[in-house]
Amino acid sequence: MGGVPAKWTVTSRPADSKELAEGELIRRVQAGEREHFYELVKPYQRRVYAAAFAILRNEADAEDAAQEAILKALQHIKQFRAEARFSTWLTQITVNEALMRRRKQHSDVMEPIGERQEEDGNYTPRDFADWREIPSEALERKEVREGLAKALASLKQQYREVFVLRDVQHFSIEETAEALGISRASVKTRLLRARLMLRDLLAPGFGGSFFGRLPFEKGSKPW
Amino acid sequence: MVVNCERVWREISDYLEGDVSPEMRAAMEAHFKECKHCHAVLDGTRNVVKLYGDDRAFELPAGFDQRLRRRLALEVASGRPRSGMVWMLAVAAGALLAGSYAVARAVNPVQPVLSEHAQPGRGVPGDLRVVVSTEGKLYHVPGCKYLHVRTNESPQAMTAAQAIRDGYAPCVRCLGKYLIESARWETNAGTRPSETAWLRRNGGSHGAVTRGAIQSERADEVEAAKRLGG
Repeated sequence: MGGVPAKWTVTSRPADSKELAEGELIRRVQAGEREHFYELVKPYQRRVYAAAFAILRNEADAEDAAQEAILKALQHIKQFRAEARFSTWLTQITVNEALMRRRKQHSDVMEPIGERQEEDGNYTPRDFADWREIPSEALERKEVREGLAKALASLKQQYREVFVLRDVQHFSIEETAEALGISRASVKTRLLRARLMLRDLLAPGFGGSFFGRLPFEKGSKPW
Repeated sequence: MVVNCERVWREISDYLEGDVSPEMRAAMEAHFKECKHCHAVLDGTRNVVKLYGDDRAFELPAGFDQRLRRRLALEVASGRPRSGMVWMLAVAAGALLAGSYAVARAVNPVQPVLSEHAQPGRGVPGDLRVVVSTEGKLYHVPGCKYLHVRTNESPQAMTAAQAIRDGYAPCVRCLGKYLIESARWETNAGTRPSETAWLRRNGGSHGAVTRGAIQSERADEVEAAKRLGG
């Protein structure tokens, strides 16, 4: 069936109790207790959505692709091998689903063309300002999350997808290369550029404007 | 080994990965002590990795979880996995009954109807902001006193088109004026736009309602299956 990796050969194996509970859930679903599948995918909803969004850059399409990928994972749960990480397998299905949809939309021609530097790893940072220290609660704030999503969406596809697999989904360099069908060297070059571009895009916000206004100040409604 | 700023920028990502030689690491660390700019680049890049790597960085659209649960429940209830063959047959049936919304719905079973009264909602503007609760079957104008939510829950906002797609029916108390308008259409046969046209105009079912969209999506799947040898 389209979009589902036929085999998976990652060897990292989870060991803590939470992961063992996951292993048990997988065995149950594979044995036919399909109603437990929701419990299995619940912790990965955001990640799956983020992977689809990174490729499709549209909320509605990303949701549809993410949910379709989750349904496909359920339909093909028997193909999942215990030696793989479930989250990686699920993300891989999502990436395939989203890439297939993007090809269908021919959205490559809509890519921003502003970024035209050669892909040789020579990227010159534009902004050398120090970031303020980021409190971990910053991510609880909508404007910070929106800033992150907007910056990511503005990257060219080839940088965005590598960055999302490696730094959002925590794929290894090898897994990222395999998922996208590109070389390890390309992954590293694109990852470098993606990280530096995102830093340039976000530095002004984290240098002050994201922290300049208290929540619920005038003009900002708490609902 | 001495490195300049350009070299540091080229290696900074591998440095964060712990994927540089011990000599390069030592040279870069010496450089960071000297160069304020490169130190700022290092801090910022590390922050980027940390922020995006946090599970909280991405927000799910409102109602995502609820819609997923519904789709999964439907899939589980169907009892068996969809096979490629079933899809092909469904597409063939769609081709025979061109333009039939009923068929499109049958091959795209993503919207279980919560209430048998969901259909009259077509009189409500698709872009109207409405709210629903997890337990309820109706959608309401925000603030409607007939919307009941559990004490620890807040109402979920969406557009009316979304609510209809998800199978909610309109609340007759707060949305009554639209329903009366809709009923007038019903009595003047021929003046009400067809449901298919309405859904298409309002972006119904993520664009998969039309036969062509389904067909091309399946064609892509068949192609991908061939490529994977599946």
